[in-house]
Order: sequence, then C-alpha cells, then structure tokens
Amino acid sequence: MTQSTRQEPSTPVTQPPDHTLVHVDVPAAASADTQHQPVVLDLKDMSVSYGSFKAVRDVTLDFRSRQITALIGPSGCGKTTVLRSLNRMHDLVPGARVQGSVRYHGVDLYQPGVDPVEVRRRIGMVFQKPNPFPKSIYDNVAYGPRVGKLDVNMDDCVEEALRRAALWDEVKDRLKTLAMELSGGQQQRLCIARAVAAQPEVILMDEPCSALDPVATMRIEDLMQELKADYTIVIVTHNMQQAARVSDRTAFFTAEVDTTADRRTGMLVEFDRTDVIFTNPADPRTENYVSGRFG
Amino acid sequence: MTTPVSLRRRASVGSRLAQGGFRTAMLVSLFLAIGTLVALLAQVTVNGWPRLNSQLFTAFPSSRPERAGAQSAIFGTIWVMGVVAFTCIPVGVSAAIYLEEYADRSRWYNRVIELNIQNLAAVPAIVYGILGLAFLVRGIPKLGPTVLAAGLTLSLLVLPVVIIASREAIRAVPSSLREGSLSLGATQWQTVSRQVVPAALPGIATGTILAMSRAIGEAAPLLLLGALTFVTFNPDGLDSPFTVMPVQIFNWISRPQDEFRVLAAAAIVVLLGLLLAMNAAAIWLRNHYRREW
Repeated sequence: MTQSTRQEPSTPVTQPPDHTLVHVDVPAAASADTQHQPVVLDLKDMSVSYGSFKAVRDVTLDFRSRQITALIGPSGCGKTTVLRSLNRMHDLVPGARVQGSVRYHGVDLYQPGVDPVEVRRRIGMVFQKPNPFPKSIYDNVAYGPRVGKLDVNMDDCVEEALRRAALWDEVKDRLKTLAMELSGGQQQRLCIARAVAAQPEVILMDEPCSALDPVATMRIEDLMQELKADYTIVIVTHNMQQAARVSDRTAFFTAEVDTTADRRTGMLVEFDRTDVIFTNPADPRTENYVSGRFG
Repeated sequence: MTTPVSLRRRASVGSRLAQGGFRTAMLVSLFLAIGTLVALLAQVTVNGWPRLNSQLFTAFPSSRPERAGAQSAIFGTIWVMGVVAFTCIPVGVSAAIYLEEYADRSRWYNRVIELNIQNLAAVPAIVYGILGLAFLVRGIPKLGPTVLAAGLTLSLLVLPVVIIASREAIRAVPSSLREGSLSLGATQWQTVSRQVVPAALPGIATGTILAMSRAIGEAAPLLLLGALTFVTFNPDGLDSPFTVMPVQIFNWISRPQDEFRVLAAAAIVVLLGLLLAMNAAAIWLRNHYRREW
C-alpha cells in the first residue's frame, strides 16, 4: 500500500532478527508524550455478553485526554463491541450485558442511577456508514445542541462545528439544503460536525473512513489530528496503516474460536504506544498481524 | 456476424407456446377485471348524468324526486368523517408508536395486543355497528343515534388499519437514524418525535387516508346505529341526528319512483369521485415523499 507524501520524517523501522515487517511509517510526533495526559475513560476486566454468548472478555484499557487511541484487529474480535460499550449503546440491544467496570472520570457508567442520555451527551459517536438525518445541513448540526438544550447562539455553534469539521467553506452558502445531497465524504464530515456541536468530551469513531474513497479518508485523518487538541478520540479501524498514521496508542484485539460452539470471543492482546506496537510488539500474535501474516 | 450456435435461443416450441399462452391468460384476466369496473362506472355515470348538477348539492331530500338533493347526506358525511379523523388518527398513530418504539416484545400482553390487531382488521363492519349500538348509543354513554356515536363507531372500525399502516411506516425508518439521534444525547422521546415520526409521516399519512376512504363508504354499521334515511337538515352539533351518503343512496334505491334511481346513481358518482380523489392524494403523497434510504 503506498504511503502518502504528507508525513513527517519517520523513525527508522527497526528490523528484529528473523522477521520482516511491512514498512510502516510512524510519524515521530504522534508517539511523543503519551504517558502524561490524564485518563478520561478506563476499563477494567470488562466483558460484554449477548445472552449466554460472551462477545468480548477481560478488557483492561484506558483512554487519555487529547490523544487518539486506536483499536485494531481482525474482523469479529470485539473492537466495535468495546467501543459501543463506552457510550452505553448496548442498552439498545435486548439481552446485552456489560460486566466489569467502565469508568468515566472515575464514575462507573453502568451503575444504577447513571442516565445513559447524559453519558451520550459527553461521549459522542461517529458511525461507519455516514448517517445524516433527512433534514437540512443546519438542522443536522443544530440537533445535538437542541436536544441537549445547550445555551448557545445556534448560528455561531453551527458555524464553529462546521469549521472544525473542515466543511464550512463547502456548505456555508447552502446550509438549508438537504444533508442527503452531499457526497459520502462530506456527509461523514457532517456527522463529525454534528458530534462536535453537541460539545462532548470524548468522540468515538467506528471505522469512520471504511465507506469512503482515499481522498476523503485523508481529509478525515487530517481532521482527527486537529480535533485531537480538544477531544479524547477512540477509533476502531481495520486499516492498520491508518492506525499507525493517526493514533498515539493502539490496542490490538484477537478472537478465540470456541470450536465446539462455533463462536468467537474477542480479547485484548496488547496495548501500548503506537510506535511500539508497530515496530517492536511484545506479543507474537501482534507481530503476526501488523506484519500482514494474517487478518 | 452470425449468432454463435451456443447463444441461440434454446427454448423449444412447446415451452415458448406455454409462455405466450400464460401471458395471454394474464392479459385476459386483467382486462376482465378492469373492464368490469369500467363498465360499472360507465353505467352509473350514464344513469346519473341527468341529475349530476348543483341541485344535488344544494337541495335536501324530499318525497318528490324532482326537488330532492343530497345536501344533508353530504354534510352528514363531512361531520362524521371529521369525528373519525379527530379520534382515530391520534389514537392509531400513538398506538403504533407505543408498539414499535416502547413496547417490550417479551411481555405477554404486548404479544397478545399485536396478534389481536390483525384480527380486529378482519372483523365485518356490521359487528362494529352492533358494538356501537350496544355500548355507545344505548349503553353507559347513552349517546343516542348521533354524529358522535357514528364517528366513534367508524373510528373503531378503521383503527386497526391506521395502526398497521403506521407500524409499517415506523418500521421502515432505518435504525441508523435512531442510533444517530441517541448517540447525540437525545432521549427516546426526542428521537421518536423529532426523527422517527417525521421520517415515517408519508407512510402514516397514506395509511390514514386509506383508512378514511374505507370508512366513508360504510352503510351497514351506520344503518344499525340509527342513521336516519330521511333527513332534511344538516347536522348542527356532535349530538345531532344525521345521515351519510351511502345510507342516502340506499334509501333512494329502495324507493318506487324511477327518478330516485337516477338520483342515487348521481350520488354514487359523487361518492366515487370523492373516494378517487382521496386515494389519488394517498398515492401522490406516497410517491412524492418516498425516500431511498
């Protein structure tokens, strides 16, 4: 896969003996200063079950402020399940159960008395397939502040959100036209603007670029780097190189196959700084995955 | 260039005859069905032509056919349909919203409700007439044979249709819309009222118009309830006696004078015209607002 030319000079790829790694450029700036930001979300021994089937087990992770954390791994190993447990989206699935602890600034999100609506106002989400509402661009972006009854000047709020999503210049003359008329990449940026307008602290992104062409993907990756300055971002991605380009820390998941029941349970293998995961991983399974031997 | 042998038509003569024969049979059935309908419509229009004029709308029924008109029936229909619309649409749409968005399907009472709505839609109209007579006209509310009783009875009759159509429309709204709304911190009610119902509105509107067009043509339950057949006044309130178009047509047809049959045909044309307009509106609404999700 060709690398884009916009990257900064990379750290040299170290070649441990006996293994050939796929050449992955890890921007030096991305891997600096990963240990010193405060923790916003942390998971301890978390698992998610649907009925009697355990979809993902024993996850212990933390997500820090002003950083991008990537969840990578092959299909079906629980990355999206973990992501959706962070903003209580599993409440929508009857029979789904989250065990272990999921804490936001020290508060357990699943304890009784916590309102999932308040959780979702602070932890926003962008989905894999862009899902703008069948309303105007303005009404799409204004939806979050309106339902949250935020006390803001709506026009300013919408403009700021669209600027942050790098969409303002393209739509400023047609804010009242239907959002569905935008292109795929524009719609996804609109969804990001919509999430930003609700003024969350955390933005979760579930494979945000998988439905987009490479040019749109690049613009959204640039956007993520800008948003990082003000938000905590967690991204699930199938694209290893994207994780290497964009994230500060990476968590690698895999799936255990239960051959008797023909079901897979996801589990966390390794969680470290991105440059470590991609150049010098501790676990052989991680190494096999990032070197392209499977997945 | 000549067609390569392998690409030439393989079907045998027998199979091609069968295909052609089947197509012919289908076309014949189609023309029979539509032709019958067209013939009926044509006959009614020809029969009613002499009396299709403004007198039909301005005059009241009379024992003398040359002075009779259908104004009381037309106004009665409007009043009764008004009551139906005001009661049936809010109740039906709310029930559909509850069943689709809030009801916990694992509870037994919700499953019983779902099952029975389908049954209710199939109950014959006259049974609703008996129900209305027993429980609305004569029972505890003692409404008597009034516009209100008629409207409520017809409302019950078409309520299952409204519920089923609204549920289909709500179900057709993709879950990505709900997820998008909830992920922005909206409550369940905000999601339903600001996203789901507006998106489902064309389907809901189509369903309600079709339900009303069924109600407008009902005669049997209203006859049982006590719709009068000789009314020379327009309704002046919900507690007023009344008649409706189908009942008036029924009355005119049973009179001995031939001139009344012409009047009845003219009234039928008016009723059919109204029905056609309502169905056309429903189809236009559905097509105009149809979304590609």
